[in-house]
Amino acid sequence: MIKTVKLPPQITEEKLVNLFKEMWLIRFFDEKVDEFFAKGMIHGTTHLCVGQEASASGACAVLEDRDKITSTHRGHGHCIAKGAEVNRMMAELFGRTTGYCKGKGGSMHIADVDKGNLGANGIVGGGIPLAVGAGLTSKMKEEGYVVLCFFGDGASNEGSFHEAINLASIWDLPVVFICENNQYGMSGPVKEMVNVENIADRAAAYGIPGKVVDGNDIIDVMNEVNEAVERARNGKGPSIIEAKTYRWKGHSKSDAKKYRTREEEKEWREKDPIGRLRKLLIDEGILTEEKADQLKQEAKKEVEDSVEFAKKSPEPSIDTLMEDIYA
Amino acid sequence: MREITYLEAVREAMSQEMRENKDVFILGEDIGVYGGAFGVTRGMIEEFGEERVRNTPISESAIAGTAIGAALTGMRPILELQFSDFITISMDQIVNQAAKLRYMYGGKGKVPMVLRTPAGSGTGAAAQHSQSLEAWMTHIPGLKVVQPSTAYDAKGLLKAAMDDDNPVIFYEHKLLYKTKGDVPEKQYSIPLGKADVKREGTDVTIVATAIMVHKALEAAVELEKEGISVEVVDPRTLVPLDTETIIESVKKTSRLVVVHEAVKRGGYGGEIASVIAESDAFDYLDAPIKRLGGKAVPIPYNPKLEKAAVPQVPDIIEAVKETLNKRIATHA
Ligand SMILES: Cc1ncc(C[n+]2csc(CCOP(=O)(O)OP(=O)(O)O)c2C)c(N)n1
Ligand SMILES: [Mg+2]
Repeated sequence: MIKTVKLPPQITEEKLVNLFKEMWLIRFFDEKVDEFFAKGMIHGTTHLCVGQEASASGACAVLEDRDKITSTHRGHGHCIAKGAEVNRMMAELFGRTTGYCKGKGGSMHIADVDKGNLGANGIVGGGIPLAVGAGLTSKMKEEGYVVLCFFGDGASNEGSFHEAINLASIWDLPVVFICENNQYGMSGPVKEMVNVENIADRAAAYGIPGKVVDGNDIIDVMNEVNEAVERARNGKGPSIIEAKTYRWKGHSKSDAKKYRTREEEKEWREKDPIGRLRKLLIDEGILTEEKADQLKQEAKKEVEDSVEFAKKSPEPSIDTLMEDIYA
Repeated sequence: MREITYLEAVREAMSQEMRENKDVFILGEDIGVYGGAFGVTRGMIEEFGEERVRNTPISESAIAGTAIGAALTGMRPILELQFSDFITISMDQIVNQAAKLRYMYGGKGKVPMVLRTPAGSGTGAAAQHSQSLEAWMTHIPGLKVVQPSTAYDAKGLLKAAMDDDNPVIFYEHKLLYKTKGDVPEKQYSIPLGKADVKREGTDVTIVATAIMVHKALEAAVELEKEGISVEVVDPRTLVPLDTETIIESVKKTSRLVVVHEAVKRGGYGGEIASVIAESDAFDYLDAPIKRLGGKAVPIPYNPKLEKAAVPQVPDIIEAVKETLNKRIATHA
């Protein structure tokens, strides 16, 4: 039993260990994607969540399988945390038929509907109303699932955010809005783009709970999200949770990062979410150093295998171009 | 003459105008130190400061409306919309406000603003970042729509757009940003509504827009090797449209191929074909008009599929040949 921290009841020691490995999987996946873009091996663009693993893994950890999520352009972590296979994700980035979107979507559009991931989104704020719609289905069909809606600090300035949260609040829909505040939009600092201290403070405008969590502390994320999910599942309506975090990499593949300092980057790297969980697991005697390193290597291997899988997968034939436009 | 890129031409046009006219300012997402998603405004905040190069929150409806409101009250804003796909979010402000205010007010007020925005596919950014939606804008009375294909045109047309007292939607093509051309250093204006014959020819007219101008020119070079003489007309502005230049060209060649990247169904090519069908050039046609456009499909991610979704040089060559091999039956 974990002694030093409180945990949601469904989070067992085994689950915590799995989360530790999952966070490594997310990190290695995005590091690998970064490398491929730098080498020009992948087409298009990508948005990496290195440094933000705890908000993705922590928030999804407290969900049941039937629960759903909506994700963002920075969605690889959410996708992995909701149970996606890295093989099919990597194949999608390579534009292959075995990818989650048959090679038609790419990084910004990975969806894994079977696992309840309604998809990443290329439109900032585009997924927020969709989450509300999924919450409405849950309520109208009495399906009991909760929808976790990921979005960024920048997205909270879109009309879609305000309109959708208002709607969810008046209809008491089972949606938990998770703002991953990584301090910047593409370059716009949240301090300059928002006139309140916390995005979560905006919850007051909709008469719903708003909480700030340490987004680099998976334990804090799990506890608060779990409370909001329970509330939503019990028909008490939506909440906003703001996870304060930081993206270690640039916004997308080309970013000189002129809008922030190297010192600031260094400070945040010291708050490494994976390192913090590792320390907790070792201090609590749940993992040995050796075991922790072994899990890390296993995650790395999974990512390497996904590259092999992607490279071996076939390219879509031109005949598939006009397929899947209409149902 | 000096060669600069299309991107630099756009930036130079804005910077020169901002030095001349204090009412001109630019607003948009990440246009400050980041220099905009494509780097068009790089260096401008350093020269003009934060007041005149205004970094905005990610709020396309509000920033479009703010530009319109500022224009209505005496400023001359340039709005950079990061990707033209996001115009969907600004749509109410552009379509129901900017385009109509003057008319609804009985000729009072004006909205002198330019909305600059990158369009088109070819970067692998997939379905929500690759569209060509210009035909929507051309359907709205009150808006002007510009689509430069070269660095020279970009600079001169942007100057005209900034001088215009109406809302102008100025489409930049992402794949053209790095293309180079001769561009005079001093300010100059290319009137809106003046097409440009990019290549003269006698056998067939291709009316092409934006990046398709370059593809049509490439096709023309290939076709010339087979003895086929192609005229390439670039309308440059869709609204107002220089119908006269297009009609004259078709009268000369008697054959018309229209090509744009935007989805063919409901695309602006239909408008151009109709202009000919309704004009006296119709009698000169020796073959049915041929339209080429994007397939009616969202732009896919996979690079091969992405290319297959929009017209390529071989498609244009084939269309020209098809037109040359067809004859309209004469019922003599
Ligand atoms: C409607 C819309 N506007 C702008 C963009 C371009 N864009 C993509 S991501 C991004 C920044 C988003 O910031 P935030 O919501 O904080 O998410 P983060 O990238 O920090 O994860 C911008 C401006 C977009 N994709 N969609
Ligand atoms: Mg952000």
